[in-house]
Amino acid sequence: METKRNRAFYFVLLPVLAWLMILIFIPHIELLVNSFKVDGQESWTLENYTDFFTNRIYWMTLVKTVSYAIGVTILAFIVAFPVAFYLTKVVSKRYVGPLTMLLLVPLWVGELITIYGWMIILGDHGIINQFLIDLGWIEKPLPLLYNDFSMILGLLYMSVLFMIVPIMSTLESLDDSLIEAASDLGAGKWTIIRRIVIPYAMPGIVSGSIIVFMLVIGDYLAPNILGGKSSLWFTEQIYNQFLSTFNWNEGAAFGFLLLLISSLIVWIALKVSGQKLERVGS
Amino acid sequence: MNKILEVKHLTKHFKEFTAVEDVNFYVEEGGFFSILGPSGCGKTTLLRMISGFIEATEGEILIEGKPMRGIPPEERPVNIVFQSLALFPMMNVYENVAFGLRRKKLDKTEIDTRVREMLARVGLEGFEKKKVTELSGGQRQRVAIARSLVMKPSILLLDEPLGALDRKLREHMKVELKLLQKEIGTTFIYITHDQSEALVMSDRVAVMNKGRFEQIDTPKNLYKNPKTAFVAGFVGESNRFELSGRQGDTIRTTSGWELERPGLDFDPDVLFIRPEAILINPDPQMEAIDRFDATIKTILFDGANTKLSAVLGGGEELLVSLPQNARYDSLSEGDAVTIGIHYDDLKCYREV
Amino acid sequence: MIRSLPNTSLYRNGYRFYVGIFFLFLVLPLVVISVLAFNDSNFIALPWKGFTFDWFFANTDDRVGLFQDEDLVRSIWVSIVTALIMGLLSLGVGTAAALLFVQEKFRGKNFLYFLAIAPLVIPGVILGISIILTSTQVAGGIEKATGWDPEFLSPGFWLVVLGQFSFGATYVMLIVSARLKKFDPTLEEAALSLKATKLEAIRYITIPFLRPALISGFAVAFLISFSNFNTTIFLIGSDPTLPVELFTRIKFSSTPVLNAISFLIVVVISTFALVNLYLDRKK
Repeated sequence: METKRNRAFYFVLLPVLAWLMILIFIPHIELLVNSFKVDGQESWTLENYTDFFTNRIYWMTLVKTVSYAIGVTILAFIVAFPVAFYLTKVVSKRYVGPLTMLLLVPLWVGELITIYGWMIILGDHGIINQFLIDLGWIEKPLPLLYNDFSMILGLLYMSVLFMIVPIMSTLESLDDSLIEAASDLGAGKWTIIRRIVIPYAMPGIVSGSIIVFMLVIGDYLAPNILGGKSSLWFTEQIYNQFLSTFNWNEGAAFGFLLLLISSLIVWIALKVSGQKLERVGS
Repeated sequence: MNKILEVKHLTKHFKEFTAVEDVNFYVEEGGFFSILGPSGCGKTTLLRMISGFIEATEGEILIEGKPMRGIPPEERPVNIVFQSLALFPMMNVYENVAFGLRRKKLDKTEIDTRVREMLARVGLEGFEKKKVTELSGGQRQRVAIARSLVMKPSILLLDEPLGALDRKLREHMKVELKLLQKEIGTTFIYITHDQSEALVMSDRVAVMNKGRFEQIDTPKNLYKNPKTAFVAGFVGESNRFELSGRQGDTIRTTSGWELERPGLDFDPDVLFIRPEAILINPDPQMEAIDRFDATIKTILFDGANTKLSAVLGGGEELLVSLPQNARYDSLSEGDAVTIGIHYDDLKCYREV
Repeated sequence: MIRSLPNTSLYRNGYRFYVGIFFLFLVLPLVVISVLAFNDSNFIALPWKGFTFDWFFANTDDRVGLFQDEDLVRSIWVSIVTALIMGLLSLGVGTAAALLFVQEKFRGKNFLYFLAIAPLVIPGVILGISIILTSTQVAGGIEKATGWDPEFLSPGFWLVVLGQFSFGATYVMLIVSARLKKFDPTLEEAALSLKATKLEAIRYITIPFLRPALISGFAVAFLISFSNFNTTIFLIGSDPTLPVELFTRIKFSSTPVLNAISFLIVVVISTFALVNLYLDRKK
């Protein structure tokens, strides 16, 4: 449409502009500005950032968080891909609807409740330990909870769906006859997966990986509830600055660093895969 | 007759691209006017300028004598029947037809009378409650036309509305549309790339090419006396030859074929000959025709449209209509024939 | 390999087993929580000590059931109201954004679109802290200048709504855009040609076409709000939402009443899923 701007245009533009400016753009500028200030002073300072780089625990936590997040993303792909393929290409069409629905229930129930569920399952008196003790296989409960293992399990649990769904939506449009043709030409299962299915699903894999990575790196509940004393997550540092020590400027600097490094990794992922950010949302 | 639409020096640029260039024409009240051209010639842009969806870069559009510049689509006395028909899938037939009247906030009973009257007129009584998705192609067509006509526009714009129909139905709808237009008397402006639609239905046809009008004429004149090489090539079928020159009354194709063509006062560079204008074994007494010896290479049987391909001495190939009657039944591939072409049927143009 | 190709039974059964294990992994926490909501024990753990409704209805010295627990009930109420308002707000603005970005062309569109999808890749924590920083700053500025303290800008109900809406609108926008892209724009032009105004065309043609997406958009926004923790925690005042209340209790004072409320949510969500499935089937 090329007519002059009509009322309708401004009618939709204004609320959107208000949303994006007041709640997205200005707050992030504010975050950046605050990270260069310290309490009670007008002048600019790098103090918050030097604090971060001179305190080993801070930057080590960030390094650990980022590397774990990458690890969980890879793990999520390994777990999710066969499931996504099964649901789109293998299982009888009748079951696709119910199984997909079942897949979404934990997502809708919410992270906190499912994480709480894992806490009950993995605890010293949880069902796994109780079961093994009852069987007589062990005498003392295994230390399943409050360590990196339980934390990774929780992170994987809450994020794996976000890997499955995008992969499923790309695989849905993969024509079965492509696989049949490859098989007809003598390709084995592994070759078909590697040469046909994975390349075809790549946009979904990239979208899924980016979403999973962002969810994991920004997560708080799984590390906090399931992780142990040593499983410090970078978001916990931010929470501490804001909610315990009330050093908001330091917290802003941490937040900005997290934003910076996660955007950087997402940007690299997009560059390497040649995908657009717009595609991630679809 | 009253000029219901006048278009003067209309031009539309899209950035670098000129979609419509200096177009001038008028349409008489109650007329059926077609704009015929290949896809991308600018005809849809022209239609959208008339309807007000896009504003012209230059020039003027007058509807009922009133200039339309700056007047939004909803205030122009025109309605469109879209190529995709654009029936509202969330509404039934009745609601579709009533949609425009309801926007005008007309009285309920008046809306009801007008909608029912219009549905009766297009032969869709009893279809009020049907979903538009349940209709056949022809019925959908009629709903789209009824929906626009019920608004009593001064001009109805139709953007290739028969395009989506299968061939048989299209033939039928052509006739139906023509009759409907005669009956209600609304001015129709019809856009199409299908020459048969334009020729059958219209009083006058404009042939459009690369943003310009090549010729505005009656269907018969377009066919008989195309003014430009483009029209000659686009309307109807033709054998086309590039010419290398003229000497007196003789023209010569680039392949060296020489034809008699008296009465030319310019040097043409292209020649068109319609297959149906070529005579097979013409009477020896006929005058003012060129005669050539040829051999039948193949016969392309297509019922009433059957043609043969004739090869001349110099290797030139010509498509010639082959009427399916007793006189020509004995012809078969490899036969020698004489072909004759009347001087007037040698359509010569200067393209460059 | 796929439905139409022959498979060995080892492959088929092995694959089925793996997917089975995966779904077990998926539902296990929900099942365990639900079962323990009815355990007649003061601890959230096995062994099974018998069936009870205490964690829903009791009100004794050592057991306070869900419906007797005022703080918990209030937090559920806060969450529902928050989710409703946030859902409606996200629905309106998200739909406007979808219309804007799918149908209109204007300068600065790419930049605005980038901002609109940014919440997908901004951790919730960051949205939370940047909004609390800004609102505090703005509130401080207003108070200094006018002496009036704008209450809705201090941590509390409205700030939570705004904070959640900042990314809720993104999800609605994406859901509505997906459907809007399938919309034939000539339908709207046809409405204009039939003398509807642009706003009437949106109201009578575009919005009815979008209805399914609007419903799911609202539902998704509602659920996101209802379960959000990461952003909300920074913005709450004295009235915690359900996830914040639950978190505090998980950390400091967990009793099986947590299982009771979780069970309730699992039931509501499952019912919702089943209804959805049933409606899908009917189509």
